Amino acid sequence: MKAISIGELLSSHPLLSGLPAADIETVAGCARNVIIKPGDMLLAEGQRADSLYLVRYGIVSIEIHSPGVGSIVIDTVGPGGVVGWSWLFPPYRYHFDARAVEVVRAVAFDATCLRDKAETDEQLGHLLYKRVAEVLLERLQMTRVRLLDLYGSKSVR
Amino acid sequence: MAPLPYRVTETQEEAPGVVTISISPLGTAIPAHRHGQFNMLTAFGLGESAISLSGSGPEGKLVHTVRDVGPVTSALCGARPGDVVGVRGPFGTGWGVEDGSFLEEGDVVVVAGGIGLAPLRGAISALVARRSAALEARTRSGNVCLVIGAREPQQLIFGDDLARWAAGGARVTVTVDIPDARWRGGVGLVTSHLGAAGFEVEGATALICGPEIMMRFTARGLVDAGVAPERIRVALERNMQCGLAWCGHCQLGPLLVCRDGPVVPYTDVVADLLVQRER
Repeated sequence: MKAISIGELLSSHPLLSGLPAADIETVAGCARNVIIKPGDMLLAEGQRADSLYLVRYGIVSIEIHSPGVGSIVIDTVGPGGVVGWSWLFPPYRYHFDARAVEVVRAVAFDATCLRDKAETDEQLGHLLYKRVAEVLLERLQMTRVRLLDLYGSKSVR
Repeated sequence: MAPLPYRVTETQEEAPGVVTISISPLGTAIPAHRHGQFNMLTAFGLGESAISLSGSGPEGKLVHTVRDVGPVTSALCGARPGDVVGVRGPFGTGWGVEDGSFLEEGDVVVVAGGIGLAPLRGAISALVARRSAALEARTRSGNVCLVIGAREPQQLIFGDDLARWAAGGARVTVTVDIPDARWRGGVGLVTSHLGAAGFEVEGATALICGPEIMMRFTARGLVDAGVAPERIRVALERNMQCGLAWCGHCQLGPLLVCRDGPVVPYTDVVADLLVQRER
């Protein structure tokens, strides 16, 4: 059986699908395939944001720790999702914890490597940041809709 | 069209303020319904309310799942076995799952939010049964993919059905807005979990029921993913009173929802109506 290359994994992920093969090849140099066990952390609040994860399989919970309360889950990210946005802008520190709820298979990017490539190759950088902005916009919209408390007591359904 | 008397045979609290009541005819029964249709239920002395059917059984048994949001629904939620309620119906359009063509053409993705799962319950059971029968007969069948959302885990309804559908081969994704410490499912809006539902866009049919804002975002998300708008069905909810398209209380643009809905295809007209500001 032929092993699937990192490039193929990246091409099949919604964040990068449709990108020119040369660009996929460029960013693939910063990526590695990872498997995270249930309960293990992908990243932790305050830690240096040195990785970005493209989730291929499994569920990741985005959490925040509250003293005396414990970890509060604020969102989950499944296959096709992205975990670890803080790599984008200084001070490059994670704002939340991320934990594998079940076995997670993902492609992990070395954030510094990815930033360097995006800044060296402006066309690639433009494409990459545009894709990232689309996903962030969608996440922002979903967060705003959640604030409506759609299923709350005023809803008939 | 006078309501027919039905006796309450069983009640079950599904979640705080949400009760499923089973009723059987005292005499004449209403005609057979299609999945997705609704009845007008009378709490005698208080009034009528439009309630979707969430199931049925032998000898004219009907099942409705009611959320307590006003005097009539409060009385229905508080009904006890032996009480008598009135029934008119069935009214409106259904999901269209009866002929089985959806699964022959591709996957069916069902997205439900809150008590919006109730009008879909019968349709989901029918789809899961049809898929199992097709697999047994080695004929072509798409998958049944469910994305179910609720505010909190304790507000999820039909927990036994979710387990049964999953055991029957459906791909079930459940997500809540506010998890508790024991919750191990998804967190976030149903729209955020469409990608994880595991359906093939080509030939897919989508059935959506829930708060209208949720349906808008879900339908747009599915269209953006490549699902054909005419293969998306949403369930509208308006102030249904006569059920016969006479009184006009449920008018929404060119539609009288009690007759032309509640289940309608997500055409341009419906997409526009879902964002129409009422005057």
